[in-house]
Amino acid sequence: MITEKNESLASRSLVPGTPLLELRQIGKRFSRTLDLPARIARKLGAEISTETVHAVDKVSLSIGRGEVVGLVGESGCGKSTLGRLALGVYPPSEGQRFWHGNEANGQAVSSIDHLPAAARRAIQLKMQMVFQDPYASLNPRMRVGKAISEAPLAHGLIQPQERDAWLAQLLQKVGLDPSLAERYPHQFSGGQRARIGIARALAVQPEFIVCDEAVAALDVSIQAQIINLFMQLRADLGLTYLFISHDLAVVRHISDRVFIMYLGRIVETANTDEIFEHPHHPYTKALIAELPKIAGGKRSYQPIQGEIPSPLHPPSGCHFHPRCPHAMPECKRAQPTFRQVAPGHWSACILDQPDVGQVAILHGTKAGL
Amino acid sequence: MSMQQPILDVRNLQTHFVTSKGVAKAVDDVSFSLQAGEILGLVGESGCGKSMTGFSILGLVDAPGRIVGGQLIFKGQDLLGMEAEHLRRVRGNQIAMIFQDPMMTLNPVLRIDTQMIETVQAHQQISRAAAYDRALEVLGDVGIASPAERLRSYPHQFSGGMRQRVAIAIALLNRPDLIIADEPTTALDVTIQSQILSLVQTLCRERQTSLIWITHDLSVVAGLADRVAVMYAGKIVESGTVESTLKHPLHPYTQGLLGAIPALHERGRPLHLIPGNTPSLVNLPAGCAFSDRCPQVHAACAVNPAVVEVDDAGAPHSVRCWLIKSQMDGAAP
Repeated sequence: MITEKNESLASRSLVPGTPLLELRQIGKRFSRTLDLPARIARKLGAEISTETVHAVDKVSLSIGRGEVVGLVGESGCGKSTLGRLALGVYPPSEGQRFWHGNEANGQAVSSIDHLPAAARRAIQLKMQMVFQDPYASLNPRMRVGKAISEAPLAHGLIQPQERDAWLAQLLQKVGLDPSLAERYPHQFSGGQRARIGIARALAVQPEFIVCDEAVAALDVSIQAQIINLFMQLRADLGLTYLFISHDLAVVRHISDRVFIMYLGRIVETANTDEIFEHPHHPYTKALIAELPKIAGGKRSYQPIQGEIPSPLHPPSGCHFHPRCPHAMPECKRAQPTFRQVAPGHWSACILDQPDVGQVAILHGTKAGL
Repeated sequence: MSMQQPILDVRNLQTHFVTSKGVAKAVDDVSFSLQAGEILGLVGESGCGKSMTGFSILGLVDAPGRIVGGQLIFKGQDLLGMEAEHLRRVRGNQIAMIFQDPMMTLNPVLRIDTQMIETVQAHQQISRAAAYDRALEVLGDVGIASPAERLRSYPHQFSGGMRQRVAIAIALLNRPDLIIADEPTTALDVTIQSQILSLVQTLCRERQTSLIWITHDLSVVAGLADRVAVMYAGKIVESGTVESTLKHPLHPYTQGLLGAIPALHERGRPLHLIPGNTPSLVNLPAGCAFSDRCPQVHAACAVNPAVVEVDDAGAPHSVRCWLIKSQMDGAAP
């Protein structure tokens, strides 16, 4: 019970008032359907269990209006799945999603996934996604103007006769020449394609955009242009972003608040300055220490050992313990609960428990923390 | 051989691609040299010719590409004039390459041990058992746990980071003098990238192996390399020690690249931009290739700038820019 209360506190946004989107104890499990021989074998009494991956394990997160929330983690940690859960691309296996809070006029509102179809669709339209690879997410046989205007026409947001003027305005907003609307995706450079992906997301006037590694595939000089465009659009249109990336430098630049994810769970969250200046969780510390830097010159790398384990067989207790330099026997037994280590700064590590931290200092295990 | 003679001396290398749209000068008059044990970071954005420079050194340029000029002096011998048979003995033996995607290096249908023993026996007259022992030793060196067991695995049974370690191990098998690494950590996670960087750093230090690290990421080069060369549109536009080049960048392109990286104290502010797009090599502006994106472009830029040597407190530093040339000329009496 304590965990749950802490988690919902930890997830609270920096922006006072009702959050724009709230995810509560949301989770996603993927399981493999058994093939025919396995099903027959099971019928005959063999002990074959379905393999289940907990891609996202009871994560709570809320995003205030106009906030940019960064979600950081290594590949396979579940960050993209969480982004898709937030949007409703995947139905959650557990947990709830609330749009504009969980009550209206004093009445409790149900989770987005349990709303009537029309209401749910109206909310879904306010949430959009920008993908990592705009080339893979654009139909190669469709002219980009059509790809961008298809959704707003289908939803009746614009009329066919006003389409051209509307399209020109939107393309200009994302920094593209309106005369390019009749071209095909392969005729554009990587940076221009990223802009097309953004234009398509903006076409239905969303309030909330999930950017899933939206700048990862771009060259440095083009990446800077797209980051600036994201910040410009946020200021102009009052957008809210969930910015998913493995690149800490980019996340630090653009986010107000950061969540660090490891193997399906959030391990630490705080506002951006706080988490980069005073990281608490050993995993966050490792990530920040290994962030390549321009300043400082040649250095000796002292990396954290091991690799992210398979989510099919996650380690017991704290998922990070096999790689953690401070692991204790207790870490294998229990999943650590969220604790507030500074105002608005939450970390899920056993070392943050006051009594354990004390003992650890006595035994020297906390050295270097 | 004197201590001062470089392991590799690339002189005015030119690799051109003749296409129906025109001649793409992928590598255009590139010169640099590398001492034993030195790490050079070759940096640039996609399409600038950095990978093609690496491929040219190993003679891996495919048609329609062709090396049309220059010299590649490796330990006193020109690789370009060398007979195919002789070159084969150098390549994979004294010069090794690590690719971005280790699946490109590894044969998916052969076990790791087969591939590693083959590599050793291709260059050394030793028994299969001795080659196996060498494979075992190198796999242990690159930090793979229980190497005897892993040698019997197929490439798909390794994770991305482990596969890259195997690729590095194969490069190290014949104790090369020079390793060319083409974006080997780009596809890896930060913690795994750190592990690989730590590994190559130790190996170069302990064995005096020279390394050319090709990357688009200046911040990786900052922590790893001794010297850096920045490429733009087939030319090295600036080179020098990492210290000097990254602290006092002289070329507007290097300055732009550094400005485009999000910095700690500038959170939330717009990033500095290089206007325009990375250029197409068949359609470059006349004169300085960067002139159409350069914020400090002026009349002189219509002519291709020559390399200017600058002395930054004793550290050699060279740059291809008219601005620096005119500043130097102005300063000189």
